[in-house]
Amino acid sequence: MSNTGEKNACRCFYGHGIPRVKLEELAGKLIAVEGADGSGRSTQIARLVDWLETGGHPTVQVGLKRSNLVSKELEQAQKGNILSRSTLSLFYATDFADQLENIILPALKAGFIVLADRYIYTLMARDMVRGMDESWLKNLYGIAIKPDAVFYLSVQPQELVQRNLAKNATLDYWESGMDIGLSRDVFDSFVKYQTAMQGAFKKLQKTYGFTIIDGNRPVGSITKELRKKIRAVLAEKGNTD
Amino acid sequence: MKTFAELNFPGRLIAVEGLDGSGKSTQIYLVKRWLEAEGIKVYFSEWNSSEIVKTATSKGKKRELLTPTTFSLIHATDFADRYERHLLPLLRAGYVVLCDRYIFTAFARDVVRGCPPEWVRGIYNFAALPDITLFFKTDLEVSLNRILEGRPKLKFFEAGMDLRLSADPYESFRIFQGRVLDQYIAMSDEFKFVVMDANQNVEKQQSIVRKLVSEKIELKKFRRRSPLPLPPAFQSPEPKNQESDEDLAAAV
Repeated sequence: MSNTGEKNACRCFYGHGIPRVKLEELAGKLIAVEGADGSGRSTQIARLVDWLETGGHPTVQVGLKRSNLVSKELEQAQKGNILSRSTLSLFYATDFADQLENIILPALKAGFIVLADRYIYTLMARDMVRGMDESWLKNLYGIAIKPDAVFYLSVQPQELVQRNLAKNATLDYWESGMDIGLSRDVFDSFVKYQTAMQGAFKKLQKTYGFTIIDGNRPVGSITKELRKKIRAVLAEKGNTD
Repeated sequence: MKTFAELNFPGRLIAVEGLDGSGKSTQIYLVKRWLEAEGIKVYFSEWNSSEIVKTATSKGKKRELLTPTTFSLIHATDFADRYERHLLPLLRAGYVVLCDRYIFTAFARDVVRGCPPEWVRGIYNFAALPDITLFFKTDLEVSLNRILEGRPKLKFFEAGMDLRLSADPYESFRIFQGRVLDQYIAMSDEFKFVVMDANQNVEKQQSIVRKLVSEKIELKKFRRRSPLPLPPAFQSPEPKNQESDEDLAAAV
């Protein structure tokens, strides 16, 4: 108990938060992993879950477009590319809020380790690249709880292209930012968009102070680094009684 | 926040606000019929009517999945969709847009549900203010009686049952509506609501509304004409008639 916390030990919301939540009851840990498609995000999360569960820690995963409430509708709307930017932004925020209240907060209360396969930062970065006001976004996501650790897997856009093509033989429409008309050419658009996204993440990093992990390295050495950092988070007060 | 006129939009937006049973929908409908008959380019938009978000909203409501936060956000999503895809282009095109409920409905309801007012207002700050906001103010008992007489089965969120104010839906509805009314009253000055005495007779209210609208909006500038003029960039220079000059005037 008397173990005084480090910078991440504080349990707080970024803004107004969710009404009637008792922060001191949230004993678990929230760890977010951010990064583009092809940054190795999913691979690393799968490895972390393995490692944590083998080590006896109960885990829960959340991610984008996984809410009970709106995931299907969001998917559908995206296919048709019919939503304007504020609408899409608010739709994603709804999806996030639903998971926050129905999964993240209860799991933290039950002492679970919650692994977020992307958190509010990806959502904010996407919107910033689309010209949305940063302070508007900050207010919107003031509902979010501050994670115990956030890792951003940074990979060069050129390397992302290679990995995405090797995996899917195509570049995703949204991950290429084709909706904003950077270029008619998907390849060019992808590189430009991912470069802009990295710029947005760098800007957000200054405000939210997450850890940037060099994702250009081999899978194993990234896992090693993540484990080391997460071990430190788990050692902080609050997790084990 | 500015009104559409202050932002130099060619169109104008009129919103009606008030409790369920205040008679606001009847009034705005009669305004629509009047403006249509006058040949005005008019468009009517309802709260909670965006196609894309609708299924999610109704699912959330039916299964009682919504919390105050998601309730607020899903309505904001619905509003944003209507705002960006319908209201904005129409207002750019010089329409008179009539809204049965606008952002103030969210301000009132979400705050009653416990969302922080600054958060809710911040979310909606992409929307401009109406050029006229009519607040149909009834005595609480009057609007309660109108609703409770005609439509006795109250829906869960409509009655504010999520707030656990009372186990009895009718009692819950009363308390909830009372709090929403307090919010409307508190906002009246700040957002320059035109407060309508909605206890009085429907025709009388309508004639007051029409008078007010024609005073505040120069309706002849919003007339529909046919054939529709081409957008300026593609208009050939030769055939210029009086009407196209009027168009220019309306655009200012």
